[in-house]
Amino acid sequence: MHIAGSSADEMAVSFARVLRGAGISVPIDSVITFVQALDVVSMTKRNDVYWAGRATLVHRPEDQQLFDRAFAVFWEHHNATDTDEDGPPQKITLLLDDEDGQDKNKDDDANNADDDNQTMQLRFTANESLRNKDFANYTDEELHESQKLMHQLRLAGPPRQSLRLTHAKRSGSRHDLRRTVRASLAFGGESARLHWRKPSERQRRLVVLLDISGSMEPYARALLRFMHAAVVGRQRVEAFTFGTRLTRLTKELSSRDPDRALTRAAAQVPDWSGGTRLGESLRRFNATWGVRGMARGAIVVVLSDGWDRGDPEVLAEQMQRLQRVAFRVVWVNPLKVTPGYAPLARGMAAALPFVDDFVEGHSIQALEHLTRVISRD
Amino acid sequence: MSLHAFTSVAQVRNALGGQNYLADEGLATAVFLALSLKRPLLLEGEAGVGKTELAKVIAAMTGGELIRLQCYEGIDASQAVYDWDYSRQLLHLRAAEASGEAKSKDTSLLESELYNERFLIKRALLRAIDNRTTPAVLLIDEIDRADDEFEAYLLEILSDFQITVPELGTFSATTPPIVVLTSNRTRDVHDALKRRCLYHWVEHPNFEREVAIVRLRVPQIAESLARQVAAAVEAMRGLNLYKPPGVAETIDWATALGQLGILELDETSVAATLGTVLKYREDHERVRETGIADLVKQAFDRGLSHN
Repeated sequence: MHIAGSSADEMAVSFARVLRGAGISVPIDSVITFVQALDVVSMTKRNDVYWAGRATLVHRPEDQQLFDRAFAVFWEHHNATDTDEDGPPQKITLLLDDEDGQDKNKDDDANNADDDNQTMQLRFTANESLRNKDFANYTDEELHESQKLMHQLRLAGPPRQSLRLTHAKRSGSRHDLRRTVRASLAFGGESARLHWRKPSERQRRLVVLLDISGSMEPYARALLRFMHAAVVGRQRVEAFTFGTRLTRLTKELSSRDPDRALTRAAAQVPDWSGGTRLGESLRRFNATWGVRGMARGAIVVVLSDGWDRGDPEVLAEQMQRLQRVAFRVVWVNPLKVTPGYAPLARGMAAALPFVDDFVEGHSIQALEHLTRVISRD
Repeated sequence: MSLHAFTSVAQVRNALGGQNYLADEGLATAVFLALSLKRPLLLEGEAGVGKTELAKVIAAMTGGELIRLQCYEGIDASQAVYDWDYSRQLLHLRAAEASGEAKSKDTSLLESELYNERFLIKRALLRAIDNRTTPAVLLIDEIDRADDEFEAYLLEILSDFQITVPELGTFSATTPPIVVLTSNRTRDVHDALKRRCLYHWVEHPNFEREVAIVRLRVPQIAESLARQVAAAVEAMRGLNLYKPPGVAETIDWATALGQLGILELDETSVAATLGTVLKYREDHERVRETGIADLVKQAFDRGLSHN
């Protein structure tokens, strides 16, 4: 059945709004594509509408669950209670009723068990149960000061050879035939001068993993600023936090405005000041990002005090795995400066054999030292 | 044009099945939309779930030429778009010089001779927008390995299928190619590129579909063995392995077992062929710790329960 343009448009736009409310980024051109997609799939089936939405509106696997819930609320809620209303929702509703009665009932049950639609927005804040401390509104002058200093830190790191070739002055590497041919034209076809190329150099990727568990609380705020400075100050940086789970913050921290970046980061992290499961978090990092490519040939910096509630064997195993693919693993421990400090925390002791550099991280000065360690060849 | 042949998701799904590729509904919808909306399709997912294979199958299904661009770090225009055949250009110059032609011609004439289409080496992207009656299938494999700069360049090409060679002028596609991009997600592909594309996250197939895939791809083994293999692989995926086996590994394993003339999984045959499914020593250890006997038993139960 054909749906009038305006009603499909309206449905698409309001659905996009619900998705945005749920925290999925939905640019307007995706909505347009969604409308086009609705036009070509048969609108008579719930699954066609669902998959058309998935293909056009979702761009990250992380968003799939949110999408599923939003879909259930938006399309199947209309379905459940609004059948007597006029207007576009009804059209789709009726079609769904015709074709997919069974499915509908199943989802209705799920809906009832969950909640009613009035609190739609609330339901998407999946983080409620986890501790989420608002550190975005505080004013701490020293922290503000430290921010400037952190932005002055230069995290270079030793370069590595790239496959890309660049112009070279001296002979000896490879012929640059393109330039040679070009130049010879000026001499009426005489190859008067040979040109050369050599491999260019590239910065290594830097991956920063920040422990935000309860025991790291006094340091986490400052170190998050350090992480922000790293992300905006240098190319090819990836930032993660971990506590009970792993959160990728590269995108959130990439705003140059520190307040904005930190607010966004705070909103993104669900396990602020919670427990620590170092090994498990590292396993997640290795499996979903690190070993697949992100940590390969990279400098990996772990900012953590090494307190771990998990199994130290898991941590050791994952550190070993990480070290095998990374160019260098640096562990930054803010407690290291304490007089008489010995790495007795179980996690720390388990991780140390697989760490290339073990440094302090309690002050700006210590972080300056860290930049020198990172930059060393 | 063969594209118009598809008017529904079910048709696409059948056509894919006709090429021995069993797609689930979501993937078939994404392919159908990519073909009808003429949008690039970005596939992400674990290694070995059949992302690259899909592009090959689309090519076979539509009858278009498959053009593959394997991305890697440092890939640039001369490897992806076009290059000049410098050796032949130099030869041409020498010949002109030797015959004394070079002196009589002015430089601009010589230049236009040199930067002629016959000295142009077309790489994947330029070939993909060549004029043809059936659209080509352009597979841009592992886009996450290329640099950001290359991605930006790609975005430009994918939005209007035009490539400008400064010395020659602009090439544009009369029949735009069907574009499939794959990514293993070692880094995020840029949002702008994602916005251009339809997106699908390719999952490991569920048990019944995996059985069907094995049956289709390894017809020489009995159904009971296919079910056991699929069940064992499914169990392995739940073991927190470094590299959980993909469909590709399932097929390899089934083929290996078939070659060895094994009719039913048992502890010895699993131990002997484990290397076709698991590629890390640690993963082998983990499976041994969990117990191969258990795995076999589980596989038997699971294999039977749906019969």
